[in-house]
Amino acid sequence: MKSIKNHLSLVIALLSILFSMQIFIIVDRSLDAYKQNLVTSYSVIIVSQKRLSKDDIFAANKMISDIKELTPDNVVNRLNTGMDKKNIDFLKLTLPKFYKLSLEHYPSPKEIESLTKDLLSNSSIKKVENFSHTHDITYKLLLLFKAVVSVFAISILIVTSLLIFKELKIWQLKHAERMNIMGLFGAPVWLRSAVLFRLSIVDALIASAIAFGLFEYLSSNALILEQFSNIGISVMIFDPLNDFILLLGVSLVLSILLASFIVLGHKEEV
Amino acid sequence: MDKVIIAKEISLSYSNNETIINKANISINAGSFVFITGASGSGKSTLLKSFYGALKPNQGSLMVGGVELKGISTKKLNFLRRHIGIVFQDYKLVKEWTIEKNIMLPLIINGYDKGVTKVQVETLLKHVRLKHQFGKYPLELSGGEQQRVAMARALAHNPIMILADEPTGNLDDYSSQLIWNLLEGANTQLNTTVIVVTHHIPESLKVDYKHFHIEYGSINEVN
Ligand SMILES: Nc1ncnc2c1ncn2[C@@H]1O[C@H](COP(=O)(O)OP(=O)(O)OP(=O)(O)O)[C@@H](O)[C@H]1O
Ligand SMILES: [Mg+2]
Repeated sequence: MKSIKNHLSLVIALLSILFSMQIFIIVDRSLDAYKQNLVTSYSVIIVSQKRLSKDDIFAANKMISDIKELTPDNVVNRLNTGMDKKNIDFLKLTLPKFYKLSLEHYPSPKEIESLTKDLLSNSSIKKVENFSHTHDITYKLLLLFKAVVSVFAISILIVTSLLIFKELKIWQLKHAERMNIMGLFGAPVWLRSAVLFRLSIVDALIASAIAFGLFEYLSSNALILEQFSNIGISVMIFDPLNDFILLLGVSLVLSILLASFIVLGHKEEV
Repeated sequence: MDKVIIAKEISLSYSNNETIINKANISINAGSFVFITGASGSGKSTLLKSFYGALKPNQGSLMVGGVELKGISTKKLNFLRRHIGIVFQDYKLVKEWTIEKNIMLPLIINGYDKGVTKVQVETLLKHVRLKHQFGKYPLELSGGEQQRVAMARALAHNPIMILADEPTGNLDDYSSQLIWNLLEGANTQLNTTVIVVTHHIPESLKVDYKHFHIEYGSINEVN
């Protein structure tokens, strides 16, 4: 019982840091996945006076990943109210050409602007419809979401840092007496602090193991998976190898730092 | 005669700068038995602290075991301390360790073999009449029992010098006699230098001893 209490406070502090870190990673991944999703539905339409070669358009900007020429048939058919075929063919020839451009990734407003400028520098392109208004709203929403999550993650980080700092003081008190006595009998620093490092490493391992279990569970939780599929994205919630290594690394580094601070801050009392 | 301690004109004070020991001299022969007396607050514990390097003299020269303590490196000080056994006035037992583990501490620090350590701890517990308390923690023991644990720890590694700060302060006559016998034994059988701070010099003592008295910041030998 006593030993559980010894570990609990640092484990909880470490866990909350690991938790906020992983949440941040998941949000980042979701945003990327969502942007990937958006890019397939986002396109830029250009209107040109004459037929353009695809290479010419590709050359305008690196972001362009695909080009589709839009046939004017639809438009023409709608106009087709009693026109004769010859006139329609003529109309088709004189009508401007429409191209639909797909992009490699979901662009930022700046990228849209420069893309538009690049395209317009081609003198035959008369108009570029970039749907910037709708795009802007979506993009800003994403930015807002990311900002909110970042603020959330950072505030958790600050709170837990304070928590850990307080923990550090408690540890300092708790371990000072023993370290002092060991020093009075000539124990070298490494021996004096061995218990401390062992404790902190064990706590780091416990925290990572709990985080591992938690995220493994969450990543297979039907309710959560359903949320993501509702949004229409599939996100890796927890990578049991890479993410775990990251979690483990962070908690080990944090707790060893904590222990080192205590050892460095320890002064022999007289 | 080899000197285990030579203090020349040492002054000792804490951070508040009030001088406790003022330009005092003391020299102690290796293998001798020494008593230090003085009124409460005269600086007996303070002087012992300087002997194990916890309090550095702000002036004068202090040689312990042939090493100058002024400006001594941590490494050398640790080495020196590994050969000293200390009974602190406030015992300084590690609360979260059993009494056996406490007694083992100097043996662990000195890198003794596990088997030797185990046998040594059992012998010591028997010597201080605490075998029946095996497995207990310091706070589960009476003050006098804790003091005997501290005594056992100071003897554990057969140090070349024992510094004992009122080692019988909390003990009845029977237990006090036990402690004196142990200190006498270490002194006569192992030639350990024994320095004891006390208010009562026991009459039963068979060994020759020296007696220093601290008063007004100076140390005087009493004959
Ligand atoms: N850690 C400390 N910080 C500041 N002053 C201290 C400290 N320890 C002791 N003193 C002061 O030093 C003086 C001598 O204290 P010391 O403990 O050496 O006395 P002592 O002779 O051992 O007394 P006692 O017989 O009561 O144990 C006292 O006046 C005390 O107030
Ligand atoms: Mg004292």
